[in-house]
Amino acid sequence: MAVLKVLVVDDEPGIRSGVARILRDFHVTYPFMDEDYTFEILEAPTGEDGITVIERDKPDVVLLDNKLPGIQGVEVLEYIRERKYDIVVAMITSYASLDVAIRATRDGATDFIPKPFTPQELKSSIENITKQLYLKRITHKLNQDGKKVRYQFLSVLSHELKAPLNALEGYLRMMQEKQAGDRIDDYATHIDRSLQRIQGMRNLIMDLLDFTKIRLERKEEKIQEVNLAEIASGAIVTVQPYAIQMDVSINLEVRTDVVIMADPGDMEIVFNNLISNAVKYNKFGGKADITIDSSDTDAIIIFSDTGIGITKTDSENLFSEFVRIKNEKTRNISGSGLGLSIVKKVVELYHGTIKVESTPDVGTTFTIRLPKKTINIT
Amino acid sequence: MKKSDFTILVADDDPDYLFQTVFSLEKAGYKTMAVESQSEAEAVISKFKPSLAIFDLMMESDDSGFILCYKIKKKYPDVPVILATAVSRETGMSFSLDSGKDKSWIRADKYLEKGIRPEQLDQEVMKLLKL
Repeated sequence: MAVLKVLVVDDEPGIRSGVARILRDFHVTYPFMDEDYTFEILEAPTGEDGITVIERDKPDVVLLDNKLPGIQGVEVLEYIRERKYDIVVAMITSYASLDVAIRATRDGATDFIPKPFTPQELKSSIENITKQLYLKRITHKLNQDGKKVRYQFLSVLSHELKAPLNALEGYLRMMQEKQAGDRIDDYATHIDRSLQRIQGMRNLIMDLLDFTKIRLERKEEKIQEVNLAEIASGAIVTVQPYAIQMDVSINLEVRTDVVIMADPGDMEIVFNNLISNAVKYNKFGGKADITIDSSDTDAIIIFSDTGIGITKTDSENLFSEFVRIKNEKTRNISGSGLGLSIVKKVVELYHGTIKVESTPDVGTTFTIRLPKKTINIT
Repeated sequence: MKKSDFTILVADDDPDYLFQTVFSLEKAGYKTMAVESQSEAEAVISKFKPSLAIFDLMMESDDSGFILCYKIKKKYPDVPVILATAVSRETGMSFSLDSGKDKSWIRADKYLEKGIRPEQLDQEVMKLLKL
């Protein structure tokens, strides 16, 4: 049995005692909840008193009249919202001021209960609120655990390494037990897929090496003058076979020849990753444009593609480790989920910035700025 | 009831694992429905009640499997659910179905490490379907 604290903020004593009476023996069950919820009622005749009770007793639910003698209900709502308290607010309001209530739901109230209400109406509102509260807390818990997973690099890494092994093991066992037939040709797709998974795993290992390199290696002796246009041309040659396969044309425009002090290996990592992404996440017959430019202080490198794009929500996590945007458009594209996190680390090592702008189905543009003056990066 | 009377929903974004799981379940005699994402699984659940469901943990999001368990149990409390993942407990995933606390919010009947043999999977499915 769990108890939810319900605070009633209303200047009419009749409403307060009515709510208390109706909810006294009420309990909410939900096939999915572990336990029933019952309710403890707290009362406040004004908004000011309401805030005192909120601070003292931390209620789970607030039933809030808007028209109060002192501060108004919406101000109490704002108070709760500003402090991000985990409280569900429902506005109690007369029909005449329903618009206030509706506006309040936009400002963070979950529900509104029109006055006068029958005991049954109050109960069904409370039932809804209870379910919502329960769902919200479960989701919060799920998110927290999700976050925990995300930061456990090793556990995610082990997942990424074990998945292809499991796939390979499965296919080999199918062959060993001749599950799909007696002829080797019966296993053509199995073999194909196995080879693809091996390639994927090899790419992951290469990315991991890059990843550890930028984290651990000392750089001083490797720093030299690097012409970015040369690095870009080299990377284009590397990616070209894949671009031909995808029918993507890669164009390099050098507006200014830019030379910076850097480890050429680092710059190769940046260009290889971003150019291969611009091809990989493109459309058949699309374009990938690389522009090298410079301002007084920075080298500016722009990677622009006509590909599938990224939604705003997805782009928020784009540079985190092992983040792969999973949707219908990307399901057949393989990647380690490390490329962009590596790029970002390199860029930051050189005190630069990387920005992404994207429109789904139109294309994506990455803009990198690297300071031109010699800097200490160790 | 025979195995062919049961339809098992399998959701996994690893196409190979999905293929192999479905292959072995069908070989064992069950009917199957294969989907590659949380959203596809949700679409199926909204219209169709499977006899049992097997969900991968990490699909579109890190907790896709948890959410699917939650949603399917809400709609069909009696459908057994297996949560399958390649994340091993030893590497720090902070849940199992052993503690009461986790059991109270992970709505799965069985938690399986990926890489399970077809016979083992069949055994677990039979147990959950009370065959």
